[in-house]
This record gives sequence, structure tokens and C-alpha cells, in this order.
Amino acid sequence: MITLNVNGRARAVDADADTPLLYVLRDHLGLNGAKFGCGLGQCGACTVIVDGKAVFSCVTPISVLGGRAIRTVEGLGTVDDPGPLQRAFIAEQAAQCGYCIAGMMMRAQALIDANASPSDAQIRAHMMPNLCRCGTHMRILRAIRRAVDATHAASASTGGKHG
Amino acid sequence: MSAAEPSQGANSAPAGSSAAAQPQAWGEHTRVSRVVNGLFALVVSAGVSLGCAQAPPAADTAAAPTFDPARVAKGAELAAIGNCHACHTAEGGQSFAGGRALPTPFGTIYATNITPDIKTGIGRWTEAEFRRALHEGVDRGGHQLYPAFPYDHFTLVSDDDVGALYAFIMTREPVAARTPANRLIFPASIRPLLGIWKWLYFDPGRFVADERQSAEWNRGAYLVEGLAHCGACHTPRNFAGAEKRSERLEGGDAENWHAPALLAASPAPVPWTADALFGYLRNGFDARHGLAAGPMMSVVDGFANVPESDVRAIATYLTRLPGERRNAAAPDVVAAASAREFDPTARHAPDRASEASHAGAASRDAGEIIFAGACAICHYAGEALPARKPVPLALATSINATDPRDALRIVVDGLHPQPGDAGAIMPGFAGALTDEQIVAVVDYARARFSDAPRWTNIADTLRKIRREDGK
Repeated sequence: MITLNVNGRARAVDADADTPLLYVLRDHLGLNGAKFGCGLGQCGACTVIVDGKAVFSCVTPISVLGGRAIRTVEGLGTVDDPGPLQRAFIAEQAAQCGYCIAGMMMRAQALIDANASPSDAQIRAHMMPNLCRCGTHMRILRAIRRAVDATHAASASTGGKHG
Repeated sequence: MSAAEPSQGANSAPAGSSAAAQPQAWGEHTRVSRVVNGLFALVVSAGVSLGCAQAPPAADTAAAPTFDPARVAKGAELAAIGNCHACHTAEGGQSFAGGRALPTPFGTIYATNITPDIKTGIGRWTEAEFRRALHEGVDRGGHQLYPAFPYDHFTLVSDDDVGALYAFIMTREPVAARTPANRLIFPASIRPLLGIWKWLYFDPGRFVADERQSAEWNRGAYLVEGLAHCGACHTPRNFAGAEKRSERLEGGDAENWHAPALLAASPAPVPWTADALFGYLRNGFDARHGLAAGPMMSVVDGFANVPESDVRAIATYLTRLPGERRNAAAPDVVAAASAREFDPTARHAPDRASEASHAGAASRDAGEIIFAGACAICHYAGEALPARKPVPLALATSINATDPRDALRIVVDGLHPQPGDAGAIMPGFAGALTDEQIVAVVDYARARFSDAPRWTNIADTLRKIRREDGK
């Protein structure tokens, strides 16, 4: 039994220690946001956040995750109450087939958490590992920019405090 | 006389540096007193040069000379062999405009702008001044150049090739870009002291062919020891940052990577043949050694677009040196490496605390479990990958090297082809794995796949890498 901290909740999992996190999220915990794309850590569809860093969950065995904070797209918001980044993706209609989008959002969230004011060049460089076969990259970039700007507008309207 | 020691008998040792070209007949006592005298002279000359405004040569005309396109094209090939672009271009910066930070044990040196910009580049440099920089390590104003610019190799380059390089460089787009000031520790920060360094370690002089060897071998020697400056990374350096001549090409440092030994000391289980080395230098990959990573990527990029005969000559020279292992790979080395591949279907005791262990199956350590879950998805005994199968780790130079740095760097940062290039990809594990876990999996991989002794300094090396990267 290994205990994983997923989206702030402790989850006990009965799986082999070398099982990739992706399978545990989807098959054991019912968190189906992260997707299986290539299974080789090369496409980014499975991206989640571990201790603030975007990682490929398909090549991350659960043995390395004890005591570490795992965040998935389900931790960003819900259908009824989407988070700021999810709202920005909806506003820009950044998904076409949508298969890559959960991974895209998690990689973008890791950037925003580390750097509240990324430049466009920083966003592009940071998003490099994640692929979209539909070709909605420009909308994805706009969505991330929108989320960053919205956060700044919100903090400006509350007198500079982060809400 | 070997090609590596070209200075004796070279007929063009410049005036003022004849002392450095003397054979090593100097007694210890003589050399010490020369050091003392040299120090005194340099302190004086430093004072003088600090006291005077620099007086650049009068040739101030910026009238762009015209160059024969064939010379420019020849210079482009030579610049690719010399890999000038790699150091003289900042990440994401304009070609040859400098500004790239080069880490050295003495601090950071910023590569200069060598575009023909008048104010910030070398637009005013004459061919003679350019030649003097390559051959003698002196800039246009007469100041000493740091040997991060490998003039200890470039001094071998023929006047004709320097002229072609000049034609190529002076026809690049001028870029206005000031080079940041170097950040060096004392006393390396005192530029005139380089005079002493040169006097001790630098032998100016053109390449002299070895008539007992073939023309191709000599062409390779000329390129390897000269313009391609392989030893600048692959030869270890002494406390003063000079290449150790007694350990030529036996493994050194390259921008915080380990540059493995090339000759008899190569850690590769399969000895290099000229054909294999040619393919590696041309394509950045060899199925029995691995792929070019780190600073070697730009080297092989350069070799992709130069005359094939030059790359063949380099491969010939590097595989026909005294002490070189000439045996072709025993077939069983390759077969054994394949047989040693990780088998994910092998039985093991369950790692779940909830289950009793199977009798007869060994339990796994933390490194093996990480390998099974993170690495064996590609590095396993099987064929069914969508992409090219990786080199068996038992053959990979990085896993068999004396130094764990490259294996660690590859695990931390992954392998990524240059944008737009095809090539192998490996994800970096810096975010997924803690430092302790990276050490565990690298330790496991070394023990599992290499017959070489286990590395004892993996954790220390990783800490050093973290410091170097500021991560």
C-alpha cells in the first residue's frame, strides 16, 4: 500500500511500486483527466504537477511519489466551477479534439505558479514538450496569455492583493 | 615528431615567442628564474598597458573588401569544422554575435562578437590581425586572449585556411551586440598574466605533417589537433587550465559535461572503428556507442555539412594513433549487451507491502523499481517501440564512463534534438525524481549494465551539477 497526496487528499493505493502514476490516476483513482498518449514521455498528454513541476505521469513510477504533492487537472476546478486557467481555455476555445488539453493546462499551470508574469517567449519555451496533433497551439498560447492577464487584472482590482 | 607537438622546427614561430618554442632542455632552476623574471616583466607591462589608452592600429577604413565566393564557401566549411558558431553564438542569439557564457574553473568567460560589426564586432580587423588572434592569441589591440579561445590549437591552422575563415566571417551579417564583461576570479582576471600562461603552455607554430603517415591521416591530424580542437574538451586540463600533454584525449570537461576519452582510454566496451566514428561524427549516432549529447551536438551538426573526406580523415586519424585499440568488436560483446537488456517480465518479489513475497524471486532496490517504472518503458529487451530502439545501455559510453556526469545530465535534462532536427528524444526527470531518487537509479543502471566499478561520487556529482545549473 502506498499513500499518494493527490489534489490535496491522501489516497491509499494498492499497486506495484513501479506502476506509472498515470495508470494509478486513471485505473485506481478514477481521475481520467490525464491521458495516455505515447506512453514514452514524449507527447505530454499525461502531464501532471508534482511538487510544483510539470512531469510526465506515464514515466513516473508511484514509488517515487510518497509524501509529494500531486496535482491533476481535476485539481484546477470543476465543470460547474472551472478554475482561471480552465476558463481561459474555454474562452479561447483552445481545444479541438481536446486530448492534449489536460496536459497542456497542467504544464501551463506549473509555469504560472512559478512565474506570475511569463513573457510570450517564456510561455513558448516552457510549453515545448507538449504536443497537439490538431494544431491548436496558437489558441493554447492565447489561452495561457489570457489566464496570466486575467490574474493580473484581478490582483490589480483588489489593490494588488492576490485573491 | 608527432603531429601533436608541431612547434619545434616550425618555421614561422613569431618574434617574441621564440622562447616558448624551445625544446624542453631548460633546467628546473632556469625555468623558475624565468617565471620570476617573467612575472616581473608582466607586472611592469601590465602597469604600462593600464596607464596608456589602447592605441589600435591605424587601419580604420571600413570599406568592405570583396571576397571570392569560393573562398567564402571554403571558410564556411572550415568554420563548421572549427565549430566557431557554438561558442560565439548566445542561446537564441544571432549567429556569431557572441555573448555566450562559457563556464570555466576560473569563472565565466563571455564569447566575443565576431561578426563584422565596426563597433562591437571585428569589423575593423585586418586579415593579419585576425590571423594573429588565431595563431598567437592576441586581439587587435594587442591584448592577451584567454585560451577559452583555443588558439593553442588554432595556431596550427594554415595561413590559407585562416584567410578563408576570414573571408567567411567578414561576409556575415554585422550584428551590434556588446560582449558582457568576463566574471573571473583573481588572478585569472588579470589579463596580462596570460603572458606567463602562454610562455609556460603555448607553443605557437603551424602544423607539420608526419611523412611516415598517409595523406588522409595527416589531413585528420591537421584538423583534429588544429581547427577542430578536439583536445580542448577531450583532454584533461591542469590547475592552470592548460591541456595536459601527457594525457592527450584521455577525457576532459566540456561546459559542465564530461568529454570521454577517445583513444585507448575510451570507456566504450566496443572499440571505435574508423567507419563507426565517421558515421557518428556525420550523423550524431552510433548503434554501438550512443548519440551525441550536450556540447557534442553542435560539433556533429557542423560535421554534417563539410566535405565527407574531412570527416573520414578525422575518423582515420583518431583510430590510427599509437595505443589505439584496433580490435573490432568481438561479436559476443554486442550479443552480451543485448542479452543484458532489462526484462520487465522477469519475476520479482512484489514491492507491495500488502503481499507476501514470492519464494525464489529477489526483491528489488529503490533504483531498480525506478528503472522499471521510468526507464524500462524504452530501455528494455524488446523490439516493439514506435521509434528507433535505444542503444543497449551496456554499450552506452555514458554508462561505462569514468565520470557519472553525462549519465546524470541525461537523466536530469533528457535528450532533445535541436529544434527542427530529427533525433532521439529522452524526457528529463528533474521534476519527476528527487535528487536522491536520481542517484538511486543512476547507481542501479551503472551496476546493472556496466562491468566498470560502481561510481562512488554520484551524489556529489549531482550536487555539483545542481550548483552549476543554478537549479
